[in-house]
Amino acid sequence: MSQTRPISERLIFWLPFAWLVLFFLVPFLIVVKISLSQAALSQPPYEPVLTMVDGWDGLLSKLAGLSLTSYDLLIEDGLYLAAYASSLRLAALATCLTLLIGYPLAYAIARAPVGWRASLLLLAVAPFWTSFLIRVYAWIAILKDEGLLNWALMTVGIISEPLQIMASDTAVLIGITYAYLPFMVLPLYSSIERQPVALREAAADLGASPWSIFWRITVPLSRAGIVAGCLLVFIPAIGEFVIPDLLGGSQTLMIGKSLWVEFFDNRDWPMASSVAVVLLILLVLPMALYERAQMAQVRS
Amino acid sequence: MRMGSVLRLSGLLFGFAFLYVPIALVILYSFNESRLVTVWGGFSTRWYGELLANEQLLDSVVMSLHVALSSALLATVLGTAAAVSLARRKRFTGRLAFSSMIFAPLVMPEVITGLSLLLLFVALDVPRGFWTIVIAHATLGMCFVTVLVHARLQGLDRSLEEAAMDLGASPLRTLFSVTLPLALPSICAGYALAFTLSLDDFVLASFTSGPGSTTLPMRIYSQMRLGVTPQINAISTLMMGGVAIVLLAAWFIERRKTAAR
Repeated sequence: MSQTRPISERLIFWLPFAWLVLFFLVPFLIVVKISLSQAALSQPPYEPVLTMVDGWDGLLSKLAGLSLTSYDLLIEDGLYLAAYASSLRLAALATCLTLLIGYPLAYAIARAPVGWRASLLLLAVAPFWTSFLIRVYAWIAILKDEGLLNWALMTVGIISEPLQIMASDTAVLIGITYAYLPFMVLPLYSSIERQPVALREAAADLGASPWSIFWRITVPLSRAGIVAGCLLVFIPAIGEFVIPDLLGGSQTLMIGKSLWVEFFDNRDWPMASSVAVVLLILLVLPMALYERAQMAQVRS
Repeated sequence: MRMGSVLRLSGLLFGFAFLYVPIALVILYSFNESRLVTVWGGFSTRWYGELLANEQLLDSVVMSLHVALSSALLATVLGTAAAVSLARRKRFTGRLAFSSMIFAPLVMPEVITGLSLLLLFVALDVPRGFWTIVIAHATLGMCFVTVLVHARLQGLDRSLEEAAMDLGASPLRTLFSVTLPLALPSICAGYALAFTLSLDDFVLASFTSGPGSTTLPMRIYSQMRLGVTPQINAISTLMMGGVAIVLLAAWFIERRKTAAR
């Protein structure tokens, strides 16, 4: 059977596969290759070390001459390491915040009357369908020194001097939390909503308080949703560029921004590539966890 | 239980307030005569007028729509094919690699995807412009389409396809006359999602665009960096209005279908 599949059927199978290999996998190999090259003042601005025409012997001889310059620089210059650390810290904090806001929201929607759930869920994820840039931009007007938050706090009399939130890590944190909240709510909702009512009823019959039902039944049963939601926020947030660029200040270090600056401003392609390779290595573990969660979901 | 409902309601209200207050402010200030956010200078449509006179911006709108329509089409075709392969062929060599490549772009930081695609185009000596942005967006979009269509195919009753095959339909015929029509709602949702992602994307487009192919988000971004201009509020309001109309229509159709059942 499988030997005699018609051409058209094989095409359906191979086309998306080939597409992903060409436009997703191969590009990463090129990034690795260029990260091992020397920066140069040419067009394109790098000195290739490995080329396709060398053949096997050429390849072997050149492997010895691979340039680790970019990686050396990356480790020597504490700024990059600080940027990785600060990205991890901000992404982790933002993940906690989205969970803190997202869980009560998802829980309330999942426990709303059945007829309301779909509409409320749509309302919770609708911002995801609007422009990401605009949602981040909306916070500038709120957080800046002469912005709405300071104006409101000063009018009420809580503070007398404007708070400096804009251009700080706090602003970046708020921005990430806001922009990624729908990604948290969606998996949480589906993992809470599908829990059978009978379990909670049984616990209540046996005398459990609503509080302990929540902590001992609802939360543990929604673990898959919590894991998926946290990874969906954490992984892309580490490499975020737009939010630190618009809301953060000059002292805000995030690795996505470092990569962008190396590439577009300094035109150091090998450096940008090695920043990307190290970021990818950092992401291998969370990505593997995420894929495992996805596969488990696909199978169920 | 009363305590519980109060807590639930406050979680709901806080979550929605957090989500919608910033959006509401953008809409409100698009009609503010004054440039300052803390001063209400009276109702005005002045910024909308300026918007219509901004030719660069209008050009980028046309560019973005072209890119989004084409890349969403490509993404839908590729993503649906990938979903069918994953759902209907349970075992094949490379299945794990294939599904990893579907899931990875969903969370991969865009700066990495953008950089690597650009380096590919440079290595292949492809001139950057309209088509390179379309390829970048189609690659991201197809993964979202695959996830949506795959979920739908998993939930379908296989006996319909088996019946078609028993009645003599070839696998391909079965696919086009039975499977795909049944999966159509998710295919349409996938197209809409891929379209929105493309229209919204800034990072991938910045890496893969060339001279003369500036998309709307790239234009908006360069204006944002120059400082807050109420024109951005105006265009944001128009875009969100468009999204709201589409979402309301989808919600309404869904509602009527549920009611009819």
